[in-house]
Amino acid sequence: MSDVAERVKKIVVEHLGVEADKVVDKANFIDDLGADSLDTVELVMAFEEEFGVEIPDDAAETILTVGDAVKFLEKAKAA
Amino acid sequence: MFDLNGKTALVTGASGGIGAAIARALHAAGATVALSGTRKEALEALAGELNGRTHILPCNLSQKDETEKLVPAAEAAMGGLDILVNNAGITRDMLFMRLKDEDWDAVINVNLTSAFRLSRAALRGMMKKRFGRIIQITSVVGVTGNPGQGNYAAAKAGMIGMSKSLAGEVASRGVTVNCVAPGFIESPMTDALTDAQKEAILRMVPTGRLGTGADVAAACVYLASAEAAYVTGQTLHVNGGMAMI
Repeated sequence: MSDVAERVKKIVVEHLGVEADKVVDKANFIDDLGADSLDTVELVMAFEEEFGVEIPDDAAETILTVGDAVKFLEKAKAA
Repeated sequence: MFDLNGKTALVTGASGGIGAAIARALHAAGATVALSGTRKEALEALAGELNGRTHILPCNLSQKDETEKLVPAAEAAMGGLDILVNNAGITRDMLFMRLKDEDWDAVINVNLTSAFRLSRAALRGMMKKRFGRIIQITSVVGVTGNPGQGNYAAAKAGMIGMSKSLAGEVASRGVTVNCVAPGFIESPMTDALTDAQKEAILRMVPTGRLGTGADVAAACVYLASAEAAYVTGQTLHVNGGMAMI
């Protein structure tokens, strides 16, 4: 697992209080991990802080799964 | 009860009578208080009186960029922000038919839009901490209406709807959002009234006196406290019984 994926996973586990083995790439924050809409806003805030990037609202809307977040943040980090 | 030791608060409009009273009361309950307002001398005088645990953050809330810097400045000065009191307000009273766009815009901008911007800015830190108290100082006229105050009453009613909506969004994160609605309060504005006008007002107030800044401030201390954790989305009326709503 990449460094980014590990950090994302840690944030998701901590924030949503879910088992680490459920936090897989395909896991949808709302449908699979039990997040509500405010949780998703808070997750985006936590990602922004952890990775020192800004995630605009239109990009945040496309981050639905753990894998989406990892992909976005890997790209943002490379840029 | 109502111990605010270790808490940090930002009060806007602290250079005015009610705002200063709120700042004094939060400070007396133990909070560190950031005093914001447009008149720096008045803020400095208040800070001198309180003698410690204060920060002076002048801000003109009619300016968007200044407004957006206020909460980050308060957080930087105090190491976080637990309590936000949106107290600043202006009036541009005029009969509705003569009410100019600019007087409408000015009142909505300072009284409502700035409260929105400051609340939004404060949320991030409060949600993270799982604790926050947002208190909007609205007015009895936001609920009853008042001839000559179409703009002011609209802004104050707007604060109530805004607070209820926000309260529902963030309640699960330990952040409460409430309004305090003063009635007639002693201030430079009521000092300017004639005796006959004062008498007419007092006939509407069962308590038989004008309210004081301290009456309003006590409601704020309560809503800011840990004890008020289960109270959110409410409007607490402090009006001597002039409107029972």
